[in-house]
Amino acid sequence: MTNFAQLFFDATSLGGLYAMAALGIALIFGVMNLVNFAHGEYIAFCVFALIVPSTDAVAVMFLGHAPALILIPVILALGGLVAVASEYAVFRHLRRADPVAMMIASFALGFVIRNALLAAYGGRPKAISLWPGLNMPVNIAGASVPLLQLIVIVTTLLVVTGLALLLKRTRIGLEMRAAAENFTMARLLGVRANRVITGAFALSGALAAAVALIMVTQTGVADVKMGGQIMLVAFIATVLGGLGSLPGAVAAGFLVGIVSVVLQAWLPLEARPFRDAFLYTLVIVCLLLRPQGLFVPASAKPRV
Amino acid sequence: MQSQHASNRIAAYSTPVILSGLLLGLVVLVALFGDKALARTAAETLVRVVLVVSLWIFVGNSGVISFGHAGYMAIGAYCSAWLTLKPQSKALFLPDLPDWLMQAQWPVFPAAIAGGVLAAFIALVSGAAILRLSGIAASIATFAFLAIVNTVYSNWEGVTGATSSVVGLPRYVDQWVALGWAVAAILAANLYANSASGLALRATREDEVAARASGIDMYRHRLLSLVISGFFTGVSGALLGHSIGVLNPDSFYLGITFISLAMLVVGGIGSLSGAVMGVLLLSLLIELLVRAEQGVAIGATHFAIPSGSQEILIGIAMILVLIVRPNGLTAGKEFKLKPQWLRQSRMYGAKSTN
Repeated sequence: MTNFAQLFFDATSLGGLYAMAALGIALIFGVMNLVNFAHGEYIAFCVFALIVPSTDAVAVMFLGHAPALILIPVILALGGLVAVASEYAVFRHLRRADPVAMMIASFALGFVIRNALLAAYGGRPKAISLWPGLNMPVNIAGASVPLLQLIVIVTTLLVVTGLALLLKRTRIGLEMRAAAENFTMARLLGVRANRVITGAFALSGALAAAVALIMVTQTGVADVKMGGQIMLVAFIATVLGGLGSLPGAVAAGFLVGIVSVVLQAWLPLEARPFRDAFLYTLVIVCLLLRPQGLFVPASAKPRV
Repeated sequence: MQSQHASNRIAAYSTPVILSGLLLGLVVLVALFGDKALARTAAETLVRVVLVVSLWIFVGNSGVISFGHAGYMAIGAYCSAWLTLKPQSKALFLPDLPDWLMQAQWPVFPAAIAGGVLAAFIALVSGAAILRLSGIAASIATFAFLAIVNTVYSNWEGVTGATSSVVGLPRYVDQWVALGWAVAAILAANLYANSASGLALRATREDEVAARASGIDMYRHRLLSLVISGFFTGVSGALLGHSIGVLNPDSFYLGITFISLAMLVVGGIGSLSGAVMGVLLLSLLIELLVRAEQGVAIGATHFAIPSGSQEILIGIAMILVLIVRPNGLTAGKEFKLKPQWLRQSRMYGAKSTN
């Protein structure tokens, strides 16, 4: 039973992290059909914003010095800012381009951000200790759970509910949903495209920043590569959930997290290094069974 | 009317001749005037031509972006390494290889073919699953495929040497070998693109629904093009391994995926000439930037751009091309003889026989 509780907390906290990353990608896809390959780099950017730019092996805190009450809003705002800036610099000029061109542009943008980070901070992973107290274990239901896992679970729930409220109850949320449903029609009915898209980017960037803070606290490492790994999982979750469906992205994010924790626990020892290979194979199998994803949004049906 | 059709076809087949002639001209120039370093660069560029042309066979004709081709490359490269390395060094570095593979010491050419065939086979298996998905979902599934290959090859200690590099590959790939394969890939790409399957596939690229209504089985043609593309991608991996002599799973990951897509996009996804021109232009740009990173002495002062700016500038160049010319520099046009010229010369020919 202890083992089960432990597994449950591991799985839900990892799933929550994936769900938040997937939401960031699904939001933008819903509004402008852009598969944003730069999302992982937003995460890496927010992580590195915590420390002073230098190529030394030891990380010196920069923004990370600030108390949590200031740090969290600042980093969230920074994430939103990077995302909005990338929209202004790149994607705004590609509004009429097809989704493939936008996808490649975002891939290129991610590559630029990644190499800029490499140039400023060097390629070696660095140790960062942000809020080390959060990794203290707490005893719940017979399992010792790091406090952070609980925070992640609670944060995910808060973010998802907050986002749901925003989308259902506010005007900008209504406009975003309308834009996701049918962008051209929404514009004809008076939805301001630029405002909606900027809003989606800002939210997506803030989500990336939240993911960054959690990852840094959890792993204690700042690595340029850390964005790429979670971005891939997030993509897979958005496709699995049905491209463009926000509840689908959250559900699939949790699902991928749970499956990956379960695989980690149950795979025989010699097969564990190949866990990701098993995970992705399962994903491809799953997509074969439901090519449109688990939750098919109404906008996914092609019109002829 | 028949003659117009015939001259159009001949004009279409003139593209590979023009492109191969261009590459041959470059190699001859390098051989006559270049030094050893330039010859190396030429060989690397031609290996990239093989890679990007084979990427084009799938991406250009189907319109589906593949992030998985670096995976096929890794498969081809490692296969060729297993077949050509000396049994002693395999026993030392790759102890878990099966016995027959351990003893194998093939000549380099059949080993490259074998690398291509294995990659084509994996392309068949993976494509059979991935290509059932629609465009963007398929692209992301190819990304998952790349991650699978990378995970397996970075962890399968006894067979791939995991993250420690495989060293000691015979370095036989000079610019002439690479030129041979580049010409072969260009010919194959052109033949496929002008075959019935290639034309059908391009019809699905333009309008999926209309193509299906005309009785085109999109899945089959996509799979066929992926298999052909997988073969040459595997060969390009083998060539890359045998030109630098060292293999590492991470050299077949995001970096090469990015650069090959960048070349394709900058040149123009829509045409074979675009693929080749993209490689040549970006390779030139990379070479210039690398030299600039090392520093240029102008007069007494030494100028150098900061290291790492090469990648950043390439990325920015790619974004600019996408914004300014979304269809790439060639915008889907091929270098070819004008059908009118062929028609006229034929008419004159017909007259003179009268």
